[in-house]
Amino acid sequence: MINMNRYKRHIALSEIGQAGQNKLLKAKVLVIGAGGLGCPILQYIAAAGVGTIGIIDLDTVEISNLQRQVLFGSASIGLNKAEAAKIRLQDLNNTISITSYPKKLTHQNAITLFKNYDIIVDGTDNFETRYLINDAALITNKPVVFGAIYKFEGQVSVFNYKNGPSYRCLFSNQQEKEQSGNCGDVGVLGVLPGIIGSMQANEVLKIILDIGNILSGKLLIYNALNYQTTVLKINKSEAEISKVLDKKDSFKTKTSSFNCTSEVRKISIAEALKKKNIQLIDVRETSETPKIDSIAITSIPLSDLENNLDKIDLKKEIILFCQSGKRSKQAVSILKQLNINNCFSIKENSSEIKKHLENI
Amino acid sequence: MTINVKYFGLIAEITTCEKERILFTKKNVSEFLELLYLKYPSLKNKDFQVAQNQELVSQDALISGHELALLPPFAGG
Repeated sequence: MINMNRYKRHIALSEIGQAGQNKLLKAKVLVIGAGGLGCPILQYIAAAGVGTIGIIDLDTVEISNLQRQVLFGSASIGLNKAEAAKIRLQDLNNTISITSYPKKLTHQNAITLFKNYDIIVDGTDNFETRYLINDAALITNKPVVFGAIYKFEGQVSVFNYKNGPSYRCLFSNQQEKEQSGNCGDVGVLGVLPGIIGSMQANEVLKIILDIGNILSGKLLIYNALNYQTTVLKINKSEAEISKVLDKKDSFKTKTSSFNCTSEVRKISIAEALKKKNIQLIDVRETSETPKIDSIAITSIPLSDLENNLDKIDLKKEIILFCQSGKRSKQAVSILKQLNINNCFSIKENSSEIKKHLENI
Repeated sequence: MTINVKYFGLIAEITTCEKERILFTKKNVSEFLELLYLKYPSLKNKDFQVAQNQELVSQDALISGHELALLPPFAGG
């Protein structure tokens, strides 16, 4: 028997009571992405007693995540995010069931996974996965609690809720246009995903409890700098939804081609030098130091990579590095999108690379 | 007539303001956007949706309201 004392502040609310708490304990929620949005979502739904929680994330915790991903501490660095989150959440609430999926969400696994849950929560950081979540949720008829951020602004909505609009009714995928902030290294105010993720957790709890007004058919936009909150009405587009449902039989055969930084192949400088036929590319700006000149290196700043593809020797394995390893990962992603696949990003930073080369 | 136009996210970075009043004589949203592209040419390549009076509308919607908003999708998480 679960000690209900844990939830007495919920039970004290006439809108929740013991019956509402029982609904939470029976609910099954899948959170996709245990990052900036995923951390506060998971923290609040676990604390609230959502009885079954799934967490899917392939990424590992990096030190630069700790500025906003509040479930993790220094001891989590290097661990898979889904697994590190599970450890922390199980300590927060050991009476609920938590399953971690340390893998990438794909067209192949999404449908089976979604069928085991009542509500899907989108805490991802790229458009391709957002469309994949939307489509798989349409096919399995599950509501999606959506959140997304850009610098100081956030968006929240609930899609596919009781036949409401879907993400494609809001943004049909205009791939020929430039989209802002797809993974990469866009800056973000650390507390913003905390606010937006908490709003998502709020929607999850309201859906389970069947209280209040759900943000279905509405997009809330929040600006952390001036507290401006805008709510826009979204109309359902049957045409957009039919396009997805008509192709549901071939859904699993689609490839998830998109690669965020987690998919970039990394290599140590020592391993790279063991390869026979390589081209080393420095993607730092030419003014950056330390200069590395003890070995043949091609300099192509990331900012001008796409204009200098002729400098890349496609017959060789391409090994990229930069100051910290971040831009070289981005460069690998860009090259992959251009179908240049034989690329690796060096794990070490420029000082470590220089030192290694000097000690050979 | 004039209309209030609100910008969000990356769109507001291009326009360098979050809202402004714009004088226009156009009838529908796509004609209005053509006018806006003259002022901000780089908007043309950006993905965004338009809302009129807090409701998302298609590009052929007639301009009837007092406020338009240009809303880009956000990816971050």
